Amino acid sequence: MLGFVIQRLLQAVVVMLVMSMLVFAGVYAIGNPIDVFLPANATQEIRAQTIAAYGFDRPLWEQYWRFLVRLAHGDFGRSLIFGMPVLPLILSKLPATLEIALAAVLVGTLLGVPLGIYAGYRPNSPLARLIMALSIFGFSVPTFWIGLVLILTFGVYLGWLPAGSRGDTVLVFGVPFSFLTWNGLQHMLLPALNLTFFKLAMMIRLSRAGTREIMLTDTIKFARAAGLSERAVLGRHVLKLISIPIVTVFGLELGSTLAFAVVTETIFSWPGVGKLIIDSITSLDRPVMVAYLVLVAFLFITINLLVDLTYATLDPRLRRGRTA
Amino acid sequence: MTAPLLAVEGLTTEFATKAGILRAVNGVSFEVARGEVMGLVGESGSGKTVTGFSILGLIDPPGRVTGGSVRLDGQELVGLPGGAMRAIRGKRIAMVFQDPAMTLNPVLSIGTQMGLAIRAHANMSEAKARQHMAAVLTRVGIPDAARRLDAFPHQFSGGMRQRVAIAMALLHAPDLIIADEPTTALDVSIQAQILAEVKSLVAETGMAMIWISHDLATVSSLAHRIAVMYAGRIVEQGPAVAVLRQPRHRYTSGLLASLPSRAQPGAELVQIPGAPPSLTALPPGCAFAPRCPRADRACETLPAMTREGQRVHACHHPVEAGEAA
Ligand SMILES: Nc1ncnc2c1ncn2[C@@H]1O[C@H](COP(=O)(O)OP(=O)(O)OP(=O)(O)O)[C@@H](O)[C@H]1O
Ligand SMILES: [Mg+2]
Repeated sequence: MLGFVIQRLLQAVVVMLVMSMLVFAGVYAIGNPIDVFLPANATQEIRAQTIAAYGFDRPLWEQYWRFLVRLAHGDFGRSLIFGMPVLPLILSKLPATLEIALAAVLVGTLLGVPLGIYAGYRPNSPLARLIMALSIFGFSVPTFWIGLVLILTFGVYLGWLPAGSRGDTVLVFGVPFSFLTWNGLQHMLLPALNLTFFKLAMMIRLSRAGTREIMLTDTIKFARAAGLSERAVLGRHVLKLISIPIVTVFGLELGSTLAFAVVTETIFSWPGVGKLIIDSITSLDRPVMVAYLVLVAFLFITINLLVDLTYATLDPRLRRGRTA
Repeated sequence: MTAPLLAVEGLTTEFATKAGILRAVNGVSFEVARGEVMGLVGESGSGKTVTGFSILGLIDPPGRVTGGSVRLDGQELVGLPGGAMRAIRGKRIAMVFQDPAMTLNPVLSIGTQMGLAIRAHANMSEAKARQHMAAVLTRVGIPDAARRLDAFPHQFSGGMRQRVAIAMALLHAPDLIIADEPTTALDVSIQAQILAEVKSLVAETGMAMIWISHDLATVSSLAHRIAVMYAGRIVEQGPAVAVLRQPRHRYTSGLLASLPSRAQPGAELVQIPGAPPSLTALPPGCAFAPRCPRADRACETLPAMTREGQRVHACHHPVEAGEAA
């Protein structure tokens, strides 16, 4: 088991190196960031000085090498726009994204799995059709459109909920979270809801497909032949059998939402990492982009590792040794 | 004569398929007495499994039991509401399936699965339940049973897995076990072992059994009575010895002739020519006629069940004693 984890971590280092190279080269190709943040009337001299100060006049390999050396010291560089170190900058935006992403994926799963199981169990019932319609809706309607409808309905027309910014936060171990205050919770509701639709649709789809397939197997026939109630059949046999794909998708969705909640955060002016990355792209804030994408690679590798470790606890066939 | 434990009468089960109505079980009637082993024999697709599922009320849509009756100690099971039927499944009638690799849930431990089966019918403390499970597992020949409750199906061999499945069927000491080809997926030596064990279990417990098989040889060592199924109908049934020694229906005699053990060494195996008819387009008369060497005009009408003492058959030209089948 330990060997497995170490192997994965080494793999992670390689992936992150490759990722950083790609990002570095890509960002380099986009253009010179200096022009974006220097005033238009800056002299040629000031321009050259600034470029030299950031090392942008150096060849690409040398810039990359310097980046790596600094990275080895835990330094991702400084943001050109915010003038602060990149790592603390990204970390300061992370809690905001974490709370809406986690809320969306959790609610999507806790709601979507039972609905999906039901839809797979009674595929022809009216309720199942309604659930599937909901799922198709969640899949096909773009996030930004749902976001705008939510803002117009609950924020503007009904005026029940705030439709932008983060609201009050409380420090938990030094990390600001808003879900612990009433005001913060209200602010978080619409953006989290906006993210939830897709997760819900996904989890419904997944659970329904799994349930339909499993219900036809001899395992279920045998369980019923033993006199098990439908509740026990679904709650114990089916749920356990579909939990593996669900855990996978849970992990992937959490990762991609943490990394790319860009649309939702932009629409709701939610000060999370998604908004940070989109802002840094428009302003060509090179160090932020590079660090961000490398960290995203790290995030996905970590999540994959956790998912794999969870598999082993869910599926006994993947556990090694201890053969009875 | 005492009332039979199970009385099946005119049982008919149909599936709505694209090709039309498929009558998988077609007016099947038989009785099983307490402590009796009935062998249900027939080719693949003859409706043996569907008969078993129909008795237990386990036919899923698009299938439906469309007629007939199944009585357990006089109680009608056809049309019984879900809850009442569930109280009978596993408790009074249990079933063992063909392939234990497909029936046990791979991600739940043996103890968990047996526990669910126990709790479906009894309120038992965890400790007591485990004790009971271990005792039943030991009885079907699983060594070190108490410890192996926490093991998962993949940690057992095929034969051991089927023993676990049989143990699950035995948990509530049912009156009747429907065993659907439980040894077909196993290799021959394990087959023989399990067969022997099942035989002694039946003798010990006095429970009745319907042993489903496509293999007359297996059935002959176990069954008191044999029913032969062809294309959804029972074509012949009676005491095992009588049916095996002197088959009356020409399908039965064909089956017997094709047994490898009856073949002359070196001679080619005899086979019944042709294939069973499509169940969606049965001929109006005897379903076996197209493959029967003795078929004539008479066989274009459905043969009635003819009773001869303890046995019945449905054939216009039954095999006569002394006739080479
Ligand atoms: N769910 C179903 N839908 C449609 N047809 C079915 C279904 N289940 C069984 N049948 C049909 O019913 C007929 C009888 O099937 P059954 O499984 O009872 O055969 P069997 O005698 O058990 O054969 P085997 O020895 O192969 O197990 C077959 O023609 C089969 O195609
Ligand atoms: Mg079968």
